[in-house]
Amino acid sequence: METTITTYALILALPLVAFVVQVFFGKRLPRGGDWLVIGAICIDLLLSLRVFFGALFFSSFAGTPFVWNLRGWLGDAGTGVLALSTGILVDNVTAMMLVVVTSCSTLIFLFSTGYMAGHRRYSLFFAYLSLFAFSMLLLVLGNNLIALFMGWELVGLSSYLLIGFLFEEPVVAPDIVPASACKKAFITNRIGDTGFLLGILTLFSFTGKIAYGDVFEAVRNGAFGDHTTLLTVAGILLFCGAMAKSAQFPLHVWLPDAMAGPTPVSALIHAATMVAAGVYMVARLYPLFTPDALTFIAYVGAFTALFGATIALVMNDIKRVLAYSTISQLGYMVFGLGVGAYSAGLFHLMTHAFFKALLFLAAGSVIHAMHRAYHYAGLEWNPRSRENDAQDMRNMDGLRKAMPVTFATTAVAVLAISGVPFTSGFLSKDMILGGAFAFGFVENPQHFLIPVFGFAAAVLTAFYMARLLIMTFLGTNRMAERGQEALRESPWNMTVPLVLLAVLCGWFWYNPDPTTIFAKGWVSSFLTPPASAVPQTLVAAPADAHHAAHVAAMLVSLSCAGAGFFAAWMLGRRGAISLEHWRLSGSRVYYLLANKYYVDELYNRTVVAGMVQVSRILGWFDKVLVDGVVNATGRFQTGLSELSGFVDRYGVDGLVNALAGFVRDTGNEVRQIQTGRIQNYVVYATVGLIVLIVVTGM
Amino acid sequence: MVQLPHFLTVSALLFAAGVFAVVTRRNAVALLMGVELMLNAANLNFAAFSRFSHNSLDGQIFAMLSIVTAAAEVAVALAIVLNIYRNIETIDADQAGDLRG
Repeated sequence: METTITTYALILALPLVAFVVQVFFGKRLPRGGDWLVIGAICIDLLLSLRVFFGALFFSSFAGTPFVWNLRGWLGDAGTGVLALSTGILVDNVTAMMLVVVTSCSTLIFLFSTGYMAGHRRYSLFFAYLSLFAFSMLLLVLGNNLIALFMGWELVGLSSYLLIGFLFEEPVVAPDIVPASACKKAFITNRIGDTGFLLGILTLFSFTGKIAYGDVFEAVRNGAFGDHTTLLTVAGILLFCGAMAKSAQFPLHVWLPDAMAGPTPVSALIHAATMVAAGVYMVARLYPLFTPDALTFIAYVGAFTALFGATIALVMNDIKRVLAYSTISQLGYMVFGLGVGAYSAGLFHLMTHAFFKALLFLAAGSVIHAMHRAYHYAGLEWNPRSRENDAQDMRNMDGLRKAMPVTFATTAVAVLAISGVPFTSGFLSKDMILGGAFAFGFVENPQHFLIPVFGFAAAVLTAFYMARLLIMTFLGTNRMAERGQEALRESPWNMTVPLVLLAVLCGWFWYNPDPTTIFAKGWVSSFLTPPASAVPQTLVAAPADAHHAAHVAAMLVSLSCAGAGFFAAWMLGRRGAISLEHWRLSGSRVYYLLANKYYVDELYNRTVVAGMVQVSRILGWFDKVLVDGVVNATGRFQTGLSELSGFVDRYGVDGLVNALAGFVRDTGNEVRQIQTGRIQNYVVYATVGLIVLIVVTGM
Repeated sequence: MVQLPHFLTVSALLFAAGVFAVVTRRNAVALLMGVELMLNAANLNFAAFSRFSHNSLDGQIFAMLSIVTAAAEVAVALAIVLNIYRNIETIDADQAGDLRG
């Protein structure tokens, strides 16, 4: 099944057109133009599905990806000086990403029609969503580093707009201010982007190419020569970009705050798309990463996986739990790629996109219902306490009866994220852990920490997700009676996406055999790792090693999930383990976790305070030195002008005035004889005549 | 026999009378009369010099020209006096002092 450029041009153009129309005419369109944006993304979804199934069933891109080039994009094609072309590259990875992005976007957009109903800037919200979809698709479809970077930055911009969408609200959850959360996200991403750009420039300066294929080939042909260390550095710099976008430690700080945006935005950004950009980038540039760079990536990912999971343990805000869970799951994908489990990392990206989007949308559904109930009961939320906080899980409990659809779908997602068999999460997580197991325990025993972190995170994941489910849906609701009456299931346009996403969490989409991905599933053959462009390869975890480790890894991860669930059950039902007791006992560990390892505080004390200090010094420099020089010059000029003015006033003007005064005085004297009496003149004339006669006569 | 000095004496007296009239009188018309006296004193001189010079009528011709010119001059001067009267409602020359410095 052949695809043409028209398909991809349409996929790119539709959301962009929808965005432009929405920005200018959105308010005047019926229903705020939401149908336009959703229509555009639906067509995109259909086109993407066509591309994807074409690739899956007819191997459209087997061996030869679809490439289309626009020549002479940058530089001068005539002379060939810096002639860069841009274009579109579509292969299996792109096809998968297209489906993930468009399907999640479609469902989230649909959900937004319910969640954002009645908002003042409803049409603008959809405009931003459309811009976001466009940026993401540009990022995915581009065939070169510059296009990737452009998409990357556009994603950053649109996420900034979406996170700060509720900017007029002073505070949306304890300590979360939309107007600063969006800035935090933007600036944190900018830090990563600096590294990313440096990485791109390093590659460009050595290869002179920007298209992926050209760069890989140049590197393979020894563009870096003996400077393989520099290639490692370039890889780590590129990964810095992914660290920010995919919220890896230590640049993860923006993601929990990003829940300041409306919940569908959290789903879009946290779950499906934006955070996947970093993972996609690592996968796309996979051939460039040297073994050292990959090891670095694996360590960052594994640490992040555990780090995020531990914080999620003690969070009480439902969206915060999910945010940290996302950080943790992204860590999984990243270390999956890092240990060489390429297809597993990408596969987890896909399954995670679905179940995390589902979790966020379900959380949105719950929050929506809680808000309505509190509103109905006339209870006001006090931002300083957890009282009447619609996002605090301690206020929820027992929503199962009021919201059966939300409950059931959340339960599916919880099972999937915890890696329980018969779910998509089991397949993908197992694949990653299998890869990590083979990498850390079998092949490179010195890197044993990576699988240990991975398995530990798996235990914690099962625990905090089960805790979320128990605290939110089980037990009896604590809301006042009046509120209870108003608690009800969300409308169809919110529940339908939930159900569809829950269906996508089943194993059967990915493999008819629910226990393993290796035997018959399409994933490992569809998402084959590209050949490395790096000369010598340290780790290319061979498939059989994964197979060997697979059963062991599966058993360990199952017991991990079991342990986590058991602990959560103890917490929920028996009260044998109580986070509340832990908190009251004043445990330092609890406060360390509850304060998110004080990373924000650390950044505030060091980076932010440092910046402030530097700004102060620069301000002093500006005020004292620069302004001093300018003012001194000014003063000198003033003095000079005064002197010049003095000369002018008393010298030049004095002369002129003296002359004028002389003329005036003379005139005053002389005019006395001009009496205006004709007789006088006659007398003068006569006297003058007589004088003349007398004088001439003599 | 009446000789040239007699004429010149009469003429000088006439001129002096004219000057006196111009200088002392305040009425503009009287002033004009003074001017006429002075003119005619000059004319008398012309005629006298012509009479006592040999074979020359230049003086008499000049006197004729002067008389004609004086007629025109009187017409203009009276028009000026009339205009002064229209403007300041008097013909007192002292009152017409607009050009006083």
